[in-house]
Amino acid sequence: MARFGMVIDTTKCVACMDCVVACKTENEVPEGLCRDWIVQEVKGAFPELQMEIRSERCNHCDNPPCVDCCPTGASHVEPLGLTVQVTGDVCIGCKACLASCPYDARYIHPEGYADKCTFCMHRVVEGLEPACVAVCPTRCMYFGDLDDPNSQVSRLIRSRKGHTLLPEAGTKPRIHFLT
Amino acid sequence: MHELTSTRANHLIDPSLHVWEWQIPVYLFLGGLVAGMMVISGYFLLSGRQKRTRCACFMLPSLSLILLSLGMFALFLDLEHKLYFWRLYTTFEILSPMSWGSWILMLVYPAILANLLLRLPAPLQVAFPRLQELSDQLVGHPMFVKWVGAVNMVLGGLLGVYTGILISTLAARPLWNSALLGPIFLLSGMSAAAAFVHMIAREAEERELLAKADNGFLMTELIFIALFVGGMATSTQVHQQAAGLLLGGPYTAVFWVFVVGLGIVFPLVIQLLAVNHKIQHTPVAPILVMLGGLLLRFVIVSAGQMSHWTGN
Amino acid sequence: MPVLSRRRFLKISSGAVGLTAAGGFAGPNLSELMAAPVPGDEIRTVPTFCDICFWKCGAIAYTKNGQLWKVEGNPEDPLSRGRLCPRGTGGVGAHYDPQRLTAPLLRREKRGQEEWVEVTWDEALGFIAEKMQVIKKTHGPEAMALFSHGIGGTFFKQAFKAYGTPNIAAPSYAQCRGPRDVGFNLTFGEGVSTPERTDIRNAQCLTLIGSHLGENMHNTQVQEFAEAIEKGASIIVVDPRFSIAASKAKYYLPIKPGTDMALLLAWMNVLVNEELYDKPYVEEYGFGFEAFQAEIAPYTPEWAYPKTGITPRMIRDTAREMARYKPASLVHPGRHVTWYGDDAQRSRAIALLNALLGSWGRKGGFWSPVSMDVPGYPHPPYPDSERGKADNPGHKYPFADGALTTGIREATLTGEPYPIKGWFVYATNLMQALPNREETIRAIQGLDLMVVVDVIPSEIAGWADVVLPESIYLERHDDLNVEWFRDPFIALRQPVVESPADQKPNWWMARELAKKLGLGAYFPWNDIHEYLDQRLQAGGYSLADLEQHGIIRGDKQPVFFDEGLVPEFYTPSGKIEFFSLQLQEAGFDPVPKFNPPAEPPPGHFRLLYGRAPMHSFSRTQTNPLLAEMMEENEVWLNADIARRLGFESGQYVRLKNQDGVVSNPIRVKATQRIRGDCVYMVHGFGHTARGLGKAYLKGASDAQLITRYETDPLMGGSGMNVNFVSLELEA
Ligand SMILES: Nc1nc2c(c(=O)[nH]1)N[C@H]1C(S)=C(S)[C@@H](COP(=O)(O)OP(=O)(O)OC[C@H]3O[C@@H](n4cnc5c(=O)[nH]c(N)nc54)[C@H](O)[C@@H]3O)O[C@H]1N2
Ligand SMILES: Nc1nc2c(c(=O)[nH]1)N[C@H]1C(S)=C(S)[C@@H](COP(=O)(O)OP(=O)(O)OC[C@H]3O[C@@H](n4cnc5c(=O)[nH]c(N)nc54)[C@H](O)[C@@H]3O)O[C@H]1N2
Ligand code: SF4
Ligand code: SF4
Ligand code: SF4
Ligand code: SF4
Ligand code: SF4
Ligand SMILES: [Mo]
Repeated sequence: MARFGMVIDTTKCVACMDCVVACKTENEVPEGLCRDWIVQEVKGAFPELQMEIRSERCNHCDNPPCVDCCPTGASHVEPLGLTVQVTGDVCIGCKACLASCPYDARYIHPEGYADKCTFCMHRVVEGLEPACVAVCPTRCMYFGDLDDPNSQVSRLIRSRKGHTLLPEAGTKPRIHFLT
Repeated sequence: MHELTSTRANHLIDPSLHVWEWQIPVYLFLGGLVAGMMVISGYFLLSGRQKRTRCACFMLPSLSLILLSLGMFALFLDLEHKLYFWRLYTTFEILSPMSWGSWILMLVYPAILANLLLRLPAPLQVAFPRLQELSDQLVGHPMFVKWVGAVNMVLGGLLGVYTGILISTLAARPLWNSALLGPIFLLSGMSAAAAFVHMIAREAEERELLAKADNGFLMTELIFIALFVGGMATSTQVHQQAAGLLLGGPYTAVFWVFVVGLGIVFPLVIQLLAVNHKIQHTPVAPILVMLGGLLLRFVIVSAGQMSHWTGN
Repeated sequence: MPVLSRRRFLKISSGAVGLTAAGGFAGPNLSELMAAPVPGDEIRTVPTFCDICFWKCGAIAYTKNGQLWKVEGNPEDPLSRGRLCPRGTGGVGAHYDPQRLTAPLLRREKRGQEEWVEVTWDEALGFIAEKMQVIKKTHGPEAMALFSHGIGGTFFKQAFKAYGTPNIAAPSYAQCRGPRDVGFNLTFGEGVSTPERTDIRNAQCLTLIGSHLGENMHNTQVQEFAEAIEKGASIIVVDPRFSIAASKAKYYLPIKPGTDMALLLAWMNVLVNEELYDKPYVEEYGFGFEAFQAEIAPYTPEWAYPKTGITPRMIRDTAREMARYKPASLVHPGRHVTWYGDDAQRSRAIALLNALLGSWGRKGGFWSPVSMDVPGYPHPPYPDSERGKADNPGHKYPFADGALTTGIREATLTGEPYPIKGWFVYATNLMQALPNREETIRAIQGLDLMVVVDVIPSEIAGWADVVLPESIYLERHDDLNVEWFRDPFIALRQPVVESPADQKPNWWMARELAKKLGLGAYFPWNDIHEYLDQRLQAGGYSLADLEQHGIIRGDKQPVFFDEGLVPEFYTPSGKIEFFSLQLQEAGFDPVPKFNPPAEPPPGHFRLLYGRAPMHSFSRTQTNPLLAEMMEENEVWLNADIARRLGFESGQYVRLKNQDGVVSNPIRVKATQRIRGDCVYMVHGFGHTARGLGKAYLKGASDAQLITRYETDPLMGGSGMNVNFVSLELEA
């Protein structure tokens, strides 16, 4: 069975936020909220600087505390691609999952349920890439099956240096950042 | 130099989490208080005190019901998707403390009601004579009374621990990241309950007993708090930063002065003196203990939301 | 709920995402994921091209149940290659912008008071036509000037040419890329044009001098930049600020602002002295190389070091790096190059450096643009103007080959060479685009007629007598884009949704106005379909085809010398002019020279500005989607200086320039990413028009602080990086 994940090449990302805008239009994310965001991390002193630019979103963790803590089962692991999803009309809006996510990937939708990146499964089932991946002008995002050793994401993870976010939080995040 | 710029702007999360306001601390406090009251009244039942007509245990069930319902109402107010509340009871999520909690509460209500049946409040006696008959029958079975006591004690304990476990499993907030929060919240609930019952108890002996118990709870709680803060301050960098919120951060004054000082140490001293008959019992110490317990939850819930993992 | 058939699911397994095995899904929960679109929703797609900037990316717009939903790139389009930039993706917000103009407005109070009455189109256009007739009668048709930026201005340009004025200008010349194209023209006989003829994707070494790709979001360039990074191209970035591009560079040169010329001369010195330049290329195509060689001999890296702050070693290393990959070594010509007033010469130095690397006409350097043949719509000949253009009297700027906005403003102020009495402003916010706002306002105060066509009540609209509300690009047709590019193609802009109120497209306005001016003969077509159809048919293409695909592509043609393109240089010598006799004759340096810029007064910083990827100039701050990505600009201040001066990130300050002009409050960004002698801000914020809602007075405006500018003596461009500011904490 597939295990979807992303690989994001920070050496190509330019922090343009196109991925954020595309997610907002594609998924009609309400004003003032976002499912993905950009982090710029600068180290050093001028002019000897290094900067890592990351497009971040829910990591669809292999070990998702947001699912564990959910009292209703609204947050769950979807068999399709083992992505972490929220069923809006099962969610009571208790916000435990917001508090449990070390990446702060979730928000409360104005209609009252917890919401976050879905990995655009509505597109994926149509054979399309997630909206953010499809829009990225630098083509620095890759989406695919981490369990398939021949997938592009698996090959990139094998062949390039990279890291995940907060591996020490124990969530086993599934977005890999190439450096 | 290290500069971090994030463009996320989800208002409940950025710049720091504030998903839970007054409702959750109030819920946790009332839950803890009721838990303590259940343990106490369960103990009274087990120890045969219910035979005395003036035993405080007879007041506790109805008060518990009211307080617990208030707590549940606070929790309800916090929910963003209120009409879906019932979804809690369409599933049992074994890994979710909140699911455990909601089912524990489902058991707590009948347990308290059973306790209530043992001595119906006067208005109910008049309104529902059939109930009174049942009550009379049940009281005639000492084993039943003992069972009700035991169940109340166990469920009370579970409820008390749950109020702490609920947040301590949310590992993303380092300050909550301690198994000691369960016992601390349980002890704080016990001490608040002891203080509360102490205030309303009509028998001097009970009052004395509860004051002594309260002192025990408070002392143990102090030790656990010391362990909690100390453990946090000597753990990973992330946890040290979290501990910093209580040690030299925005919550330091309120935590040490009000929660620990006025909420634990000071009433403990007064009550020790009172127990040793150096001074009279007054409501000062119990009120301070209860306020301290409430404040403890406010501080832990609020500071916990400010604590976060670095690196992001 | 969507019925996810197994067939549809299996499609993914062989699809883009490479799902390995099917099965194990189809819980009812999946319906929740199908938030957008819910089946049953009626989805419609319309190809068009984007107008949030002037790059004109091919796009496909989606509507859901008749409402505009999203815009994606058109995969058939060579500019967007199926992906828009954030502004293009956020173009949806231009349609939903709550601040939009809804009806024609007539001024009620004094100019600039922003007090209006709504009128009908007939009244508004009638009023304008009447005034224009009076101006024509009393001052001649040249007394009307048209400022117009972008393809939407085509029909107004036609109307104004028919009316008889040659005074038509855009800020894209004197405030943007004019000097660059003049500098390249003087060297190669051709400009760089737009979209830039740069072969970034094949460059093995890419040198960016201030071109802040990634913030400057010109789509194809950014895409190719990423491609170059992926291919491991060596990247050299010269910028006083550690730009996004700098973070991708192998060599980052934190140059002292305004001294790029010294660096360029030193680079050329190294290439020539160490004989690293493309000798056969220079020998075959070069003119005046010896004289050039002699001229640049003194400019050693040691000479450049104290001027630029770049060490001789770094200058040599980077020169050698460039040479290593020649001719696939591209020194980007930049685009907005109006910095210090020596810009045409600096651009010429960049052209010369490229000439030394042999990159012009070569893969990884500069291609030669090609296009398709689509004749214009036939019209009667335009009347000749006896008096000629007013912007450059006596050819004061001998190499100006475009109209100068600032020149028209000057003529309006002075009445020389003749009076200008009316301004018609289409899609350009002169208040933010021109330097010295006060001069612009004074010029407007002296006008008999001031018309602005805009989509929001912008600052320039605030000064108009008549404001005409236009339909945004997703609601209208425009002229065909018969692009000059590496791959020839034609693109169509067509409406996706209706205008929400009484807005009209430019072609309609221009034609109605022309009719009222008695110039209907120049607009003989009945509607835009007829116009487009006729043009396409004349070229042998079909409108129906274009409507369906949005793009018609032509055959590949040679665009590099080694593909069979004949090397031709349209210079006086027919060669690449290392030494320019034209310049010498006109009294300018035949080989560029370095003039040091003025130093900031004590306590002051040079004010630099640039782009943010999610905003276009001053036109997107009210777009709800894009405003959310960046609500206000910040002033970048070196972190060490900030600490010394006691400023912290997030604090609001006001900037005060050398002439005492004080900005709106703006937040400090204390950062290591900038030199200590300059500050930086994103252009386009600090709007002063009251009708702009949340964007009103949000952030500060660089344009407001640009009271001084250095005019390029060759071509009249406005060097705007010559202002100095101090910071004052906002109480
Ligand atoms: N200080 C300073 N000055 C600059 C620059 C700078 O960075 N700083 N940059 C320079 C450069 S590079 C350039 S190219 C120019 C750009 O200068 P302009 O082209 O003037 O750019 P904007 O400021 O975006 O103004 C565009 C105006 O058109 C309106 N508009 C947008 N869409 C439409 C439409 O569909 N129809 C109509 N009718 N109007 C529309 C917008 O609301 C806005 O008022 O500015 C130059 N001037
Ligand atoms: N997102 C977005 N992209 C755009 C536009 C937009 O509005 N928004 N506008 C488009 C247009 S029309 C244009 S013209 C381009 C403009 O974009 P570019 O031509 O790429 O850049 P400039 O505006 O010339 O320069 C800004 C950069 O130059 C640096 N700089 C300032 N002074 C100096 C100096 O003295 N020396 C050196 N070496 N560097 C210096 C600044 O730090 C900044 O990084 O952007 C285009 N792309
Ligand atoms: S769209 Fe691509 S390049 Fe732009 S910020 Fe997102 S990931 Fe980075
Ligand atoms: S990133 Fe957060 S929300 Fe997403 S799966 Fe992991 S813990 Fe859950
Ligand atoms: S907010 Fe909803 S999804 Fe999150 S834990 Fe509570 S019920 Fe589950
Ligand atoms: S995968 Fe889809 S939902 Fe997730 S961030 Fe990207 S666009 Fe948004
Ligand atoms: S570069 Fe961006 S804003 Fe400009 S036309 Fe292309 S998509 Fe539109
Ligand atoms: Mo420009």
